[in-house]
Amino acid sequence: MDKIVDWFSIFWQESAEGTGTYAYTLLLGLQLTLEISVIAAVVAFVMGSIVGVCRTLPSPLVRRLSGAYVEFFRNIPLLVQLFLWYFVLPELLPRDIGMWLKQVPHSNFYTAAFGLGLFTSSRVAVQLSAAITSMPRGQKMAATALGLTTRQSYTNVLLPMAYRIVFPPLTSELLNLIKNSSVALTIGVAELTQSARNMDSYTFQTFQAFTAATLIYLVLNITITAVMRRIEHGVAVPGMLVAK
Amino acid sequence: MTTATTTPNSAAKQSSGAPVIQMIGVSKWYTPEFQVLDACSTSVQKGEVVVVCGPSGSGKSTLIKCVNALEPFQQGDIFVEGVQVNDRATNLPKLRSRIGMVFQNFELFPHLTIMENLTLAQRKVLKRGKDEADAKARKLLQRVGLSDQAPKYPGQLSGGQQQRVAIARALAMDPVAMLFDEPTSALDPEMVSEVLDVMVELAREGMTMMVVTHEMGFARKVANRVIFMDKGAIVEDVPTEEFFGSPRSERAQLFLSKILSH
Repeated sequence: MDKIVDWFSIFWQESAEGTGTYAYTLLLGLQLTLEISVIAAVVAFVMGSIVGVCRTLPSPLVRRLSGAYVEFFRNIPLLVQLFLWYFVLPELLPRDIGMWLKQVPHSNFYTAAFGLGLFTSSRVAVQLSAAITSMPRGQKMAATALGLTTRQSYTNVLLPMAYRIVFPPLTSELLNLIKNSSVALTIGVAELTQSARNMDSYTFQTFQAFTAATLIYLVLNITITAVMRRIEHGVAVPGMLVAK
Repeated sequence: MTTATTTPNSAAKQSSGAPVIQMIGVSKWYTPEFQVLDACSTSVQKGEVVVVCGPSGSGKSTLIKCVNALEPFQQGDIFVEGVQVNDRATNLPKLRSRIGMVFQNFELFPHLTIMENLTLAQRKVLKRGKDEADAKARKLLQRVGLSDQAPKYPGQLSGGQQQRVAIARALAMDPVAMLFDEPTSALDPEMVSEVLDVMVELAREGMTMMVVTHEMGFARKVANRVIFMDKGAIVEDVPTEEFFGSPRSERAQLFLSKILSH
C-alpha cells in the first residue's frame, strides 16, 4: 500500500516550473490538447465539407482545384506541414506581413491547430465526396427533377445522407486528429505529450509520466468513441440498417 | 378503374393548340462516336398519354430525361409549353418543377418522412407555406391510398408503396405533364398493379403523360399513342390501335412478338 501511495506521490509534488503540481502540469497539457483538437476539428469539418462537395460538382475547374487541395494536404507529412506553416511561410510572405505573423501571440498554438485542421480536412473531403458519389445517381436526379437548385439538392437531399454515411469514418478521423495533435510539441506547444516529457525530464519518473499521458489519451478517446456512437444511433434513419 | 376498356381515353385526345411537349430533331452523343439519340421528333398534346417502348439501350429513358433537361443534348430543340428547354436563358429549376418525374428506383429521400418527401419541393421551390404544403400532401397521399403512412420513412414501405409515394410527390408540384421512367420495372410482380392502377386513374383524369414502360397492357388500356424506339431513333409514332394492330416496321413487329408471346 505504501508503495502505491509512494508511486503516485510524484503527481502531487510541486513542479520544477513553479506553476503547481505535476498533475496540474499534465492537466494544462490536456487543456491545450483539447483546445487544439477542437479548433482543428472545426477547421477540418468546414474545409473538408466545402472541398468534399466541390470534388463532386460538375464544373471541371472546381473539381481540379479541389483535387489539387486534397493532393497537397494529404501527400505531405503532417510534421513537414507544420514546419512549413511555422518556419517557412513567414519567410515567403512580404517582409512586413512575415514579421507581423512571427509576433502574433501564441502563433505556435494557432499554427498547430490550423495546420492539423487543414491536414485532416483533406481526409474528410475525400471521405465525404466518396459518400456523395456512393449514393444512387437517381437521388440527385430526383431532387433536380423536382426543381431544387444544386445548392438545395446538396443541403436538403445529398448531404444529410452523406454525413450519415461518413459518420463512422469521421469518428476515426476525430480520434486520429486528437492523437496527431501531439505533433504540436515540435513547434513548442506544451500539449499533453510535451507536458509528460517535461515532467519526465524534471523528475526522471519516466514510467509515471508516460503512463499518466497514456491513460489520459485512452480515456479521452474511448469517451469520444462512446459519444459518437450514441450520436450515430440518434441520427440513424428508421428503416435503414446501422451497425450495432 | 379496373373495368377493361381497349379504347384509349378520350379525355382530351388530340386537342388543338400548342403541344405541352414538343421535340424537334433531338440528337445526343455521349462521345463523338457513340450516338444515343438520333434526330428524335415528336410532340405530346395536353391530356395525351404517350407510351415509349423499345429494346433496352434504344434511348427511351434518355429521351424522356431530355424533356426536363436531366440529360443535355447537342442538337435539336425541346419546348415545354412553349418554353425552350435548351435555351441558356431558361430558368431550368422553374421549368422542371412544372414537369413531374417518376423514376424506376423511386428515389424517395430516405432521411425524410413520407410527409416531408411530399412537402420539401413544395416549400423550397414553390415557396408554399407549411399548412398549404401539408394539406396538399395529405390530399395526394389519400389519393394514392397511403394516408396512414405519412409519418413513416421510405425504408419502412414496400416498393409498390414507395412508387405510389413518388407519384404523389411529383403530383404535389401541380405539374403540367408527368414523365415516367420504367415505373414498374424495379417492382415485385405482385406490386406492379397497385402502381399501374394509380397511373391509369391519372391518365383517365386527363393528365398529360409520357411513359417509358414495357407494360403493354397499360399501353393498350390508356395510351393515345405509342412511340417505338430502336438504336436511338423513333421508328414508329402511331395511334395505339395501329401499333398493336399492324406495326409497320419489322423491328417493332419482332419486338411485339417477343414481349406479347408470354
